[in-house]
Amino acid sequence: MSATIENAPKIHGGGPSIESPRSKRSPRSTKTNFELYGWLFMRLSGILLVVLVLGHLLIQLVLDGGVSRIGFAFVAGRWSSPFWQSWDLIMLWLAELHGVNGLRTIINDYAERDQTRFWLKALLYTSALIVLFLGTLVIFTFDPNIGS
Amino acid sequence: MPAGTLYRGREGMWSWVAHRVTGVLIFFFLFAHVLDTALVRVSPEAYDQTIDIYKNPFVNLLEYGLVAAILFHALNGLRIIAVDFWEKGPRYQKHMLWTVLAVWLILMAASLPRILEHTIKTIFGS
Repeated sequence: MSATIENAPKIHGGGPSIESPRSKRSPRSTKTNFELYGWLFMRLSGILLVVLVLGHLLIQLVLDGGVSRIGFAFVAGRWSSPFWQSWDLIMLWLAELHGVNGLRTIINDYAERDQTRFWLKALLYTSALIVLFLGTLVIFTFDPNIGS
Repeated sequence: MPAGTLYRGREGMWSWVAHRVTGVLIFFFLFAHVLDTALVRVSPEAYDQTIDIYKNPFVNLLEYGLVAAILFHALNGLRIIAVDFWEKGPRYQKHMLWTVLAVWLILMAASLPRILEHTIKTIFGS
């Protein structure tokens, strides 16, 4: 007698296979934790942005005359202090990266065709590079005597 | 569409929608705002002329709308963090949304005369 189990289904090779339950997870899903870090970044940057952006709005729009006193002289006064330069630089980078990651999520949710997703993200990342480069350049190279 | 299959979330879904909409609005404003600020590298005159747009009564009203969007996004963002990290967060998500809206309303009312002060003075005289 051969050691076969009675009535067991006979398997003939060929068709699609189902992975055995204890096989390693497919490498595609474990390559990086990018989405986890993105999720965490939204929350951490969000907490900082609440302070940075609401402080910015308070100074620019609410306190001491609000928008009516904003002008070149006002900017020159504020950016003469490294404290406010740093405030604006950190706020710029956090806000832009927070916004880019938010819009990336929205594109992934609503743009279904690969081509559409590609071009929308290309546009998004290009705009982010412009904003970060230009904003950083302006903060670092501001010249209060440019007019004279 | 067969009856009863359309998902109609309540407070949770609408706060999620509002968070997305305000987020996109703020992102587009940030793009424009970095460009207008960059004019300080061109000349004081170019910058001041552009900033005068912000002092137009209609644009001043849009600034109040921008503050409304940012305040909601900020307060609701803190609520999202509480839902994610506080063990009782999910159970109190609706209560927290009503708290967010109450705080939003108070801050909007309190800041209205200050933010629109320039417009009020321009239209009704000093």
